[in-house]
Amino acid sequence: MASLLSRPSVFSLAANDEPKMPRDNESWVADLRAERESALSDLRDALLRNLRKALATWPHADESLLEDAVQDSLMRVLERIEQFEGRSRFLTWATSIAIHTAMAELRRRRWKDVSLEKVVSDGDFAPVQLTTSGQTMDGKLVQQALVATMQRLIEQDLTEKQRTALKAELKGMPQDEIARHLGSNRNAVYKLTHDARKKLKAGLEAAGFTAGDVTAPL
Amino acid sequence: MPLSESEIDSLLRLVSLTEDVEINCEQCLAAVAEFAEQKLAGKSIREALRAVEHHLSVCAECRAEYEALLRTLNNIGGQGEG
Repeated sequence: MASLLSRPSVFSLAANDEPKMPRDNESWVADLRAERESALSDLRDALLRNLRKALATWPHADESLLEDAVQDSLMRVLERIEQFEGRSRFLTWATSIAIHTAMAELRRRRWKDVSLEKVVSDGDFAPVQLTTSGQTMDGKLVQQALVATMQRLIEQDLTEKQRTALKAELKGMPQDEIARHLGSNRNAVYKLTHDARKKLKAGLEAAGFTAGDVTAPL
Repeated sequence: MPLSESEIDSLLRLVSLTEDVEINCEQCLAAVAEFAEQKLAGKSIREALRAVEHHLSVCAECRAEYEALLRTLNNIGGQGEG
């Protein structure tokens, strides 16, 4: 299958060289496993159509990016085809992979020249001025205490890596980019911030804050 | 520049949603297609997909990908069964 993918001609074949037949999940998987050119061509066309729709409102999602994302997605779909369990339609599954691939590239382009250090140092966890005009005095005091406790927990209970990853994530930096700066991967960054959130949650509970305090709007 | 009020608010929201065991982005991606189809069909979500639903509530990137997938799903039915 990889040899087919490495030949550009596979994707430049007109899809109507062979009759297009609707495929069910089993047919998609069987045809792709059998390296049928018509299946690869049909899948490529479908993914491109779906990506155009999925990313219609995204700036910089131009045709060139979408074409490249489709090529990468075809490789990924073929690599993971044994993991497809048939719990959704095949095209839905393949499209989810294509969207993931395209959006990762869009995020990478947007953030590739932004330094993690700058993102994190730009915003420190300094006290914020709370606009609590709609709250009672008790409510204001609780919210101010909550924020102060959160800031203390962030500085005292989190590791440097957890703090960095959490701050960067809150500033909107993509997890893949945080991972690249930390020499890690997206799943490891997720674990880092998940562990940080668990520590903060435990710390707030230990300090006597209730779920209601934490979920009340500032 | 300190964290804005909305960023602090986001952090509090994330902390309140935090569970001891959560799936990661890769595990979410593996099941999000099924989750999206079930949601769109208005079907009840089986237990194994609850973890996907929760992950989408705490991961902005996966949520954006899921929302983009939903936008395409109405068209997929016309592209052959799979």
